[in-house]
Amino acid sequence: MADKVSGTTDQFDFEKQKRKDEMKQQVITFSLMIIFTIVAFSMVEAELDKLFVIPVLLVLAAIQVGFQIYYFMHMSHKGHEIPALMFYGGVFAAFLTILALVVLVWW
Amino acid sequence: MSEHDVLNPKHMPHDPEKATLEGKNKFMGFWFFLGGETVLFASLFGTYLALKDSTNGGSSSEELFGLELVFIMTMLLLTSSLTSVYAMYHMKNHDFKKMQIWLGITVALGLGFLGCEIYEFYHYIHGYEFTMRSSAFGSAFYTLVGFHGGHVVFGLLWIIALMIRNAKRGLNLYNAPKFYIASLYWHFIDVVWVFIFTVVYLMGVL
Repeated sequence: MADKVSGTTDQFDFEKQKRKDEMKQQVITFSLMIIFTIVAFSMVEAELDKLFVIPVLLVLAAIQVGFQIYYFMHMSHKGHEIPALMFYGGVFAAFLTILALVVLVWW
Repeated sequence: MSEHDVLNPKHMPHDPEKATLEGKNKFMGFWFFLGGETVLFASLFGTYLALKDSTNGGSSSEELFGLELVFIMTMLLLTSSLTSVYAMYHMKNHDFKKMQIWLGITVALGLGFLGCEIYEFYHYIHGYEFTMRSSAFGSAFYTLVGFHGGHVVFGLLWIIALMIRNAKRGLNLYNAPKFYIASLYWHFIDVVWVFIFTVVYLMGVL
């Protein structure tokens, strides 16, 4: 556990600067998420073709969620291998669940 | 690491939330829990998608949903997600006071979201007589969106409890994992909301 303790203030300052840079990246991520949301809402308001809008909406949502998980929830950081495995295990089961329930009422 | 060091650390490590075994276990276990939550919400989404056209002669999604309110709610929740990132940023810089402030802003935005949702449900029930029992669509809608709302309530109570309980203690290696896990939960609530506003509201009015 000793290696995880920041020994010197120099090291702490270095880490602090690193975190500051990362925080800037988080704000950019946030702005992109806002833009995606606005695009999604305006596409629906514009009443474009349904078959075109629905797939685009789903892709925009998936990208937003990816941002949220990888940046806001720090999954892009080291040490998230097992959390990622567990989470994607859940996503896989979620996919099967939705598929089953939607296919049941397909016709 | 002795209990005394955990509660009164001489130096805070880079990742205070994962410096103790308890913290590591919480971090790992919580992601497992989130995987389970994903499946739970998937079953509610699947049910909603299957039943959304069974309106029983009542209001349909096109008649009910207004995108203005949903847009405001989305912005509130999305911003609260960023403010909780700020809170964790200050936690890692060992700035307890700023962390508390940002958590407070997160709670305020979450309460704003909740207020909008309560107004929305009230509006549907009294303006359109669209209730949990009026149609299969109603049951599926209130179960899915209400369950998400319930998560928001729980998340708010959780964060408020942590803020009050630790207000005079400051940050240590015992409570850092607790704050971190609560913020992960809050982000997950936003993840679910992204799919709710896309699948339920936007696709509902198309």
